[in-house]
Amino acid sequence: MNAEPRTIRTETEQAIARHFEDVIASVPGGERVRDLREAAFDKFRRAGLPHRRIEEWKYTDLRALMKQAAPPARRPLDTAPAHALKETPDPLDGLDRYRLVLVDGYFFDSLSSRAALRDAGIEVNATAAILGAGHDAAAALLSTPEQAAGDIAIALNAAFATDGVSVSVRAGVVLDKPLEILHLSTATVPHAAAIRNAIHIGAGASLKIIETYRGPAGIAHQVNAVTQIVVGRGAIVAYARLQAEGDQTLHLGTTTLTLADGARFDHLTVTAGAAVSRSQMFLVTGGERTWLGIHGAGMIGGRQHADTTLLIDHALPGANTRVLVKNVIDDEAHGVFQGKIIVEPDAQKTDAKMMSKALLLSDTSEFAAKPELEIFADDVQCGHGATSGRIDAEQLFYLMARGVPRAEAERLLIEAFLDEAIDALGDEAIGAALKRTVTAWLNKRGSRNG
Amino acid sequence: MTALLEIKNLHVSVDDREILKGVDLTVEAGQTHAIMGPNGSGKSTLAYVLAGRPGYEVTDGSVTYKGENLLEMATDERAAAGVFLAFQYPIEIPGVATMTFLKAALNAQRKKQGLEELSTPDFVRRVREVSEKLNVTQEMLRRPLNVGFSGGEKKRNEIMQMALLAPSLCVMDETDSGLDIDALRVVADGVTAMKSPDRGIIVITHYQRLLNHIIPDVVHVLSAGKIVKTGGKELALELEETGYAGFVGAAA
Repeated sequence: MNAEPRTIRTETEQAIARHFEDVIASVPGGERVRDLREAAFDKFRRAGLPHRRIEEWKYTDLRALMKQAAPPARRPLDTAPAHALKETPDPLDGLDRYRLVLVDGYFFDSLSSRAALRDAGIEVNATAAILGAGHDAAAALLSTPEQAAGDIAIALNAAFATDGVSVSVRAGVVLDKPLEILHLSTATVPHAAAIRNAIHIGAGASLKIIETYRGPAGIAHQVNAVTQIVVGRGAIVAYARLQAEGDQTLHLGTTTLTLADGARFDHLTVTAGAAVSRSQMFLVTGGERTWLGIHGAGMIGGRQHADTTLLIDHALPGANTRVLVKNVIDDEAHGVFQGKIIVEPDAQKTDAKMMSKALLLSDTSEFAAKPELEIFADDVQCGHGATSGRIDAEQLFYLMARGVPRAEAERLLIEAFLDEAIDALGDEAIGAALKRTVTAWLNKRGSRNG
Repeated sequence: MTALLEIKNLHVSVDDREILKGVDLTVEAGQTHAIMGPNGSGKSTLAYVLAGRPGYEVTDGSVTYKGENLLEMATDERAAAGVFLAFQYPIEIPGVATMTFLKAALNAQRKKQGLEELSTPDFVRRVREVSEKLNVTQEMLRRPLNVGFSGGEKKRNEIMQMALLAPSLCVMDETDSGLDIDALRVVADGVTAMKSPDRGIIVITHYQRLLNHIIPDVVHVLSAGKIVKTGGKELALELEETGYAGFVGAAA
């Protein structure tokens, strides 16, 4: 039958389809890559944007939230990014680090510490170059793990991905400073950036990475970034993400992760920016005795919407997994946590715990939590919990009874609440830098509330 | 001369239930008052109302502190004006280091009093002075506020805060509860050291034993929301002999 049902119907969806027709001939990649892009886009053609009747997107109805489809981002002229980088405040100021810089979704070698990284045993390539060469590496770069096969955000990313960075860390490398992968939006008219990053960490390597997302206020950019991470045997990785996009931005950030035997991955996502954001992670233990620490610290206000969605699939025995996601929600903002822990039949001795805590600062703030466990092994320890509530009245009274004014007492308690998740990353320097984002948010809240 | 604290005909309800039913109490600067009474007589309610805890509704009467209407002041303003409540059950605050809290409290009060914030070295020196006397260790000061503290450590921490903040009116709510005899002595010595001609102290307690260490000038018996008897320090000893039975009847 020829007339296959099409669910593309909203104006936004039609605009996305037009953009795809416009760029498919010019985005990097030969015939093989183009076939992959077409196949990915077909998923979108069949499903449309995810909406509330799609279980995984129940609380983030993208069809309703995405009012427009911005045109694909163009590579900025060579001089503009350096200028933009200097002009915009750096939330990690003071943190000594290597840097890879992407502006409007495109990698800028001239702004990056590529040579120093090469000397340290880390090879960096632009995604555009890999896709352009069209070899097996290109296909791997656009691949999607089985657990995320139905996800439309990832499919759209594969269809449109123009650039990004591919980072390959040689076995045994111990990096002396954190590596920042900075995604900066600079354009003054709204655009859609589709970024595909890949990070391969060799056996026994040890490093700290921080992905940052920044952009201008008042411009409705759309950022769809997918980062694939593969952690080799026994490697130790601390991986932070700072989402500090501009206030009108739509941010879809996907992380996929595979852990080999004995690998350790500590993660923290700090969510502060964007009008609508979704940070989704698809995590698979592809080895035994892995350690996975997934943490979140979110702070949203106004009419922001922020969604954290996790799928953690334990395939092999002996995994240790800890999830702690904390959100502070003010004004009319909406927060979402969805976490699914799967323990497959072979994953005996899995020890997994998942907790979501939300602090609601106003009567009109909302939080939806959906933790799930799917356990198919019998010798495991798994637990989950979710709480949401106001600032503790007893604690507030105690602080005020010592003379601390209400606003400052609330501030101390909010900081303490988020610090627990930030400290859990286990890196003091990165933690201190990220706490400055919390301070800035609290300052802004304080001045808003007079 | 105005009294430090003057409570007149104070009626207080919690969840529409009247707990204090007309309390009159005057504390002059330099005095130590003990308020004794059986469980449920309203002792802690009186302490909380003075500190400004939400949920305590004053339905009648007045509380004047240094000539001002205390009841119109916010909780933090009362503290800055020199009212200190030592909690019966100090609250645990995970994630807030004790030193951070002390600095926030001290500087907030100084700011309201029109004083400059203390520099970190000055602040650390002040804390060291008071903490050593009360066996509050550096390790305790580094820990989150009251988290994992034993009962005695929590009470010592309360008295240490009191010494640091140097209030004009100290209200001690069952400070002796949960203390062994050694801890009791440390705490009582800490309170006694606070006695001063320009400071008033209210010691709320169920038992007489604390008053062996902190000698009161005046002893009141609170029963069923009213002060039913007032006397000198010998009244506490009398109560120890006879119990509260006779006074509970007197209030009814």
